[in-house]
Amino acid sequence: MSNLNINAIRADFPILHQQVNGHPLVYLDNAASSQKPRQVIDAISHYYLHDNANIHRGVHQLSQRATDLYDAARSKVRQFLNARSDKEIIFTRGATEAINLVAQSFVRPMLQAGDEILISHLEHHANIVPWQILCEQTGAKLKVIPMTDSGELELTNFDAMLTERTKILAIGHVSNALGTINPVKSMAAKAHAKNIPVLIDGAQAVPHMQVDVQDLDADFYVFSGHKMFAPTGIGALYGRESLLNAMPPYQGGGDMILSVSFDKTLYNELPYKFEAGTPHIAGVIGLGAAIDYMWQIGIDNIAAQEHHLLEIATRKIEALPGVKIVGTAAEKAAVLSFMIDGVHPHDVGTVFDQQGVAIRTGHHCAQPVMEFYDIPATARASFAFYNSEEEVDALISAIQKTQELFA
Amino acid sequence: MSDLRELYQQVIMDHNKRPRNFREIEHANHLAHGNNPLCGDKLVVYVRLEGDIIEDVSFKGSGCAISVASASLMTEALKGKSIEQAQAIYEQVHKSMLGEKTDRSLLGKLEVLSGVKDFPARVKCATLSWHTVHAAIDSDHDVSISTE
Repeated sequence: MSNLNINAIRADFPILHQQVNGHPLVYLDNAASSQKPRQVIDAISHYYLHDNANIHRGVHQLSQRATDLYDAARSKVRQFLNARSDKEIIFTRGATEAINLVAQSFVRPMLQAGDEILISHLEHHANIVPWQILCEQTGAKLKVIPMTDSGELELTNFDAMLTERTKILAIGHVSNALGTINPVKSMAAKAHAKNIPVLIDGAQAVPHMQVDVQDLDADFYVFSGHKMFAPTGIGALYGRESLLNAMPPYQGGGDMILSVSFDKTLYNELPYKFEAGTPHIAGVIGLGAAIDYMWQIGIDNIAAQEHHLLEIATRKIEALPGVKIVGTAAEKAAVLSFMIDGVHPHDVGTVFDQQGVAIRTGHHCAQPVMEFYDIPATARASFAFYNSEEEVDALISAIQKTQELFA
Repeated sequence: MSDLRELYQQVIMDHNKRPRNFREIEHANHLAHGNNPLCGDKLVVYVRLEGDIIEDVSFKGSGCAISVASASLMTEALKGKSIEQAQAIYEQVHKSMLGEKTDRSLLGKLEVLSGVKDFPARVKCATLSWHTVHAAIDSDHDVSISTE
């Protein structure tokens, strides 16, 4: 049990208090996108109502205020990930853009035909496709760490997969389709022992657990704001300063330069070198407010509440005949993928929606995981700390009603 | 649950559990693959045309209850019809899913598919087999279509 007052927390999320198809909304699609607390919405609205201007440009008061808010949010992200310096935090549109940035600006320049990029079978498409594009561009090869029936990484041959030709290990911290928490710290240590840099996709980790990039010894760590109570369209890349410094810019434009002439352009210093054009200022401020909110709740409290919900939901689903949980790793975050015998997940999603229960059905942008289990899709319930035990009961009842309908 | 019962009527449930014409046609002269990547529905529609008559039509594959039932009902409705008649039925089915006025004499049993009009996210499930059979008849070689 956690120490949180769920009712008080739920009062911070106005969207949760509505009826869907005549039932109270039960929002269990947090792994796709989380809801936003009033504190985040207010911060964005306050910015547009009082402080809106472009950053790093004007000498006027509003521009200064916008710049201060923007820079302050970067410091919060730095602290949130325990990075060493604000220079190591680059704002991006999300985890996807951050991975593309690393692929193109860090890995591509050092890649030769025949070199290897190592990912895993559990990855989200965002941590597969940018590397495939890179392989097409360079003739490099994509290698894939296999998975087990329980949805864990099969690491027996991991050492042998780290070769002289491996130019990066890119690995998800938490699987979005199954919830598996991967042993990224020990994997990074093994990669580093062979001088292989490591990117960790933290999109599904940061909403749920304390992340410390120094402890993980990550070279790059990426995440999206919208899965951690911030707006869509904003995320961040953490990169080790020495690596970022050596990398060429990803995009060219305003704000990423020191001086421009037709003969020569000097690039700006970190982190601005990687932030071409006017950024999503309101999104960055919203992200900062989301971090403040998570600190106020307490990240350990968040993790405890979600673990509690996952445990009781797992226990109750396991007790139901005709329902199978997909992904039974020992270490899991708040994701429950399941199949109901004889009912296609897409039908499950529709029946749930009629009862006000919002879940994700489909391949979860992880088609290789679906192929591994030889299933087209799963139904996936994913929890946030604002979910209650009553909502777990609503999930169970929705499963039972689906079984009745399809009996 | 009343809307749900309308969507998942007995006919739909029955055709999902026991799909009709769920087989390959050995000497099919038209064939198409239908794919709905969003939900993973995949089916193959086989057609044997003699002149402009659909002598035989069948399907194989997997999908949700709506897409399987729709494919099954489709094969029943189109077997023995001319291409022109099939086209008319196809148009009526399409209209019914959009909630437009239809000719019930042409639609017949297919009217059960109109339930999806209240479930916009599910319209593609119901139309997949119809788009696929359309593509199969229109083309001389194996074609693939996707509803995304």
